[in-house]
Amino acid sequence: MSELYYESAYSLSSRLRAGEISSEAVTEAVIQRYHEVESRIRAYLSVDESDALAQARASDRRRAGGEALGPLDGIPVSLKDIIAVAGQPLTCASKILESFVSPYDATVTRRLKEAGSVIWGRLNMDEFAMGSSTENSAFQTTRNPWDTTRVPGGSSGGSAASVAAGESVLALGSDTGGSIRQPAAHCGVVGLKPTYGLVSRYGLVAFASSLDQIGPVGRSVEDVAMLLQVIAGHDPLDSTSFQTSIPDFLESLRGESDPWKLGVPKEYLGEGLDGQVRESVQSAIQFYADDVGCEIREISLPLTDLAVPVYYIIATAEASSNLARYDGVRYGYRSENVNDHLDLYFRSRGEGFGAEVKRRIILGTYALSSGYYDAYYLRAQKVRTLIRKDFLDAFASVDAIISPVAPTPAFVIGERLSDPLSMYLSDIYTLSVNLSGLPAISIPGGFSREGLPIGIQLIGKPFDESRLLAMAYRFEQDHPYSRMRPGI
Amino acid sequence: MAEGTPIDIEYVARLARISLSPQEKETFRQQLGEILEYFERIAAVDIRGIEPTAHAFPLYNVWGEDIAEEGFDVAQALSNAPDSRQDQFNVPKVLEDS
Amino acid sequence: MRWEAVIGIEVHVQLKTVSKMFTRVAYRYGAPPNTLTNPVVLGLPGTLPVLNRAAVERAIQVGLILGCEIPPECKWDRKNYFYPDMSKNYQISQYDQPLCVGGSVEIELPGPSRNVMGEHRRIQLTRIHLEEDVAKSTHFGDYSLIDFNRAGCPLIEIVSEPEIHSAEEAAAYLNALRMNLSFAGISDCDMEKGQLRCDANISIRPEGSNELFKRTEVKNLNSVSGVRAALEFERRRQREVVEAGGTVAQETRHWNELQGYSVALRSKEEAHDYRYFPDPDLMPVRIGNDLLEQLRKNLPEMPFDKQRRYIDEYGLPFTVTSVICRNRGLSLFFEEALAHCERPRELANFVVNDLRREMAAAGIDSPSESRISARQLAALVRLIDEGTISKQSGQDVFTEIFESGGDVAEIIDEKGLRQSTDSAEIELICKTVIDDHAKPAAQFRSGKEGAINFLKGQVMRLTRGKADPAKVDQILRSLLRQ
Ligand SMILES: [Mg+2]
Ligand SMILES: [Zn+2]
Repeated sequence: MSELYYESAYSLSSRLRAGEISSEAVTEAVIQRYHEVESRIRAYLSVDESDALAQARASDRRRAGGEALGPLDGIPVSLKDIIAVAGQPLTCASKILESFVSPYDATVTRRLKEAGSVIWGRLNMDEFAMGSSTENSAFQTTRNPWDTTRVPGGSSGGSAASVAAGESVLALGSDTGGSIRQPAAHCGVVGLKPTYGLVSRYGLVAFASSLDQIGPVGRSVEDVAMLLQVIAGHDPLDSTSFQTSIPDFLESLRGESDPWKLGVPKEYLGEGLDGQVRESVQSAIQFYADDVGCEIREISLPLTDLAVPVYYIIATAEASSNLARYDGVRYGYRSENVNDHLDLYFRSRGEGFGAEVKRRIILGTYALSSGYYDAYYLRAQKVRTLIRKDFLDAFASVDAIISPVAPTPAFVIGERLSDPLSMYLSDIYTLSVNLSGLPAISIPGGFSREGLPIGIQLIGKPFDESRLLAMAYRFEQDHPYSRMRPGI
Repeated sequence: MAEGTPIDIEYVARLARISLSPQEKETFRQQLGEILEYFERIAAVDIRGIEPTAHAFPLYNVWGEDIAEEGFDVAQALSNAPDSRQDQFNVPKVLEDS
Repeated sequence: MRWEAVIGIEVHVQLKTVSKMFTRVAYRYGAPPNTLTNPVVLGLPGTLPVLNRAAVERAIQVGLILGCEIPPECKWDRKNYFYPDMSKNYQISQYDQPLCVGGSVEIELPGPSRNVMGEHRRIQLTRIHLEEDVAKSTHFGDYSLIDFNRAGCPLIEIVSEPEIHSAEEAAAYLNALRMNLSFAGISDCDMEKGQLRCDANISIRPEGSNELFKRTEVKNLNSVSGVRAALEFERRRQREVVEAGGTVAQETRHWNELQGYSVALRSKEEAHDYRYFPDPDLMPVRIGNDLLEQLRKNLPEMPFDKQRRYIDEYGLPFTVTSVICRNRGLSLFFEEALAHCERPRELANFVVNDLRREMAAAGIDSPSESRISARQLAALVRLIDEGTISKQSGQDVFTEIFESGGDVAEIIDEKGLRQSTDSAEIELICKTVIDDHAKPAAQFRSGKEGAINFLKGQVMRLTRGKADPAKVDQILRSLLRQ
């Protein structure tokens, strides 16, 4: 067995239950590891060690009293700094929220507390989740644990990197256009973007409300299933939250099933895809066909090259409105020596937001503005209908879709900063999933010659997370990638 | 689609209440011009008779009953206020006609 | 040339709910600053709105009262603009699919005199939509203070067609709206508390013309008299501009109630680019016929309809009906009493005179806060009608019950107020009076009709008012004729 900090939540959970280890020991090991590697990874924006240890001891006391709250009781979980925890900072990696302390808990936070988890540090991200590299954080750039000259992906780069480096056992991220799956792929961990409406968004700082979902990041499919179990479920505080029965995700991993029908979208394996990524995806397809007995069908998603414009119009339009509240009036950064309230707005927002956030607010404001609404926002919402329909049509003949997550493995820090369009285009395989509200998982599917992780994406039918997890688990059982650790 | 119409950065930034440096304006004008040009491709899609998707899974009548629950006390309400006075949020002079 | 004003009015009315429009924190008027907030009201990062079902139902009821069409589906949009009184810098409102479409408000213009009903007209409505209220900002020299108590309170916006042609009609329109909405318990419509607020669009045109002239929007109309004065001011101002050869500028004007004039506000190019789009945080609402029927059933008969019915069915005079029918409590009381005693005129007189007088003296708004019940009033009127007690005693009993409660019949007996109906006893007293006062008796007999009044007075005095005056008169005459 490896070090405690690299042990799976699944294994830690059973050893806690057996009384072999304490939550305090686990939490201490994670904190220890944090001290060891954080200066090289820079995944965390803030941590509260004594608070985490206090939570761990409380968990141990519960367990000693026979009152353990569930499988995640005593397991450290780190949160992307976009999820509210009462009494803790909530910065969204933005200068504009640098001093903000949340007076309330997100619903997922409340659920984690009720499950007894140890809420550990707050993870770095692209400012307001806008980006694919974590370079857009106002505070620091997180490094990829497999190669610290490279980005961890984004926007949940801190979540993926901390899990990969053993600085957390589990993490929550958020995914608006691939922000869990892409960093998970780049860091060689498992990340799941749930069906829109499965996990409450209450307390998740909004980027694009109709696309955002919170999801789990872990080092194994089992771990991701356990965390999903805790956070999934209807919430009356989120009007877009779905009332659906939540299956036992862990149990469904091992359930028997007919061989799945797997769709391969031809548009996802074409031009622009790195050769090594293509090879990994093709060998995964081969595995499902030969070793699992899946029927493989080529499918077509003809509107694929519209996903980027449609996504960026909708996401930035919603963001331009969602981020209007950061104005220096009630909370957050306020520019000094302003003359009047207009001055306050212009300068607080001009100084408080970073370049990418400003760029997207401008773009989204434009897409909604008088004279352009029909051509941009409304049209994008209609094309969205067509994109979604293509997926649902495809699901009439397949159980899931397999594809790459990102066109290339993790790129070098700074490489794409000056070219926002090429950065946007690299989200091509993940955006449509959010536009369609579907669940998708990213699993480690191999390594490049440079030793960089490559992810495989499985996209499922609405609320079919169980099957996605089972498929991912099946792959994981026969491949070593999830069990490989970076040499950090 | 506004073919050939360059984005009016000044106007949009004013709408969004964001001050931009002259250099930011220039960079954004150029970058957003490029992005919008790429986006032109959605103009070619036949969307006649297609309903917009506002929600991936629309539900109806999601509402709560009219019951008052506990809220913040004044201290909590003002806990993140950059400036407050007399239990209220204090802002610089509000220009009423804007 | 004669000029005609063309006026459209937008009225915002706060709905009477316990909690706010999109979150379940309490709302009430007059609480200390920032004591009615929560994460949603303050627009904290990560918060989400959840619709208040009662607010939707109340708003639909307004639509039903005003004869609007209630489309089967409505949705929520964001109206984006920056202002410190708005926590999210967008207002959740309804743009292209409002809750109510069309409808009209029946107004009553002043009659030729106080006791004659004035002309009734209908002002057509464009739409009614539901939205959230903003916070209250108070402006000082170089700073402003913001109190979010009111923020997020449910608000309906009632938009009229430009069919109002005078300040007088505008006032009648507001009065009619207030009457209807407060009668139905939708809102208290207290303008001083900001529960009803009003903006008006006004233009002028030559009388009889259909031409549309540039209009101005007048804001900050905080009372009915303010509306009247502001519109009158603006009509005159526009006429002067036009008659001097100028053109009216399309602008927003701020009414200064104290000084009695309005000033134009500067407006920026982007001021009206609200960038409406459907709120992704809220789901649309579908309104089925079952819900509509249920809400309709819970509505009271509205004041003008009630008034027409009172006049037609009960033959009540206009002035009496306009008092009772505008007050939910009085009309409920009256109608309940009427169910026990079919004497509408007598009951109405008690309600309008005695009940209101006592309510005013006691400082209460509704008869239900007093100790008198409609059933007791009915009993009282019945006893007066049967001649068991005199009208005068009846009024005394009313006052007594209003204050202390109790049963009409018991109080009458206790106080010995029952009118004497024993003819023999009255006859005996009459005889005594005639014997004791020979002079007026003789005068009557010799043709001086008025002399009988003195004798009657003596009889009433001796019976301590319990005798029926008509009966006394009849007995005296027959004795005197003997
Ligand atoms: Mg309006
Ligand atoms: Zn309004």
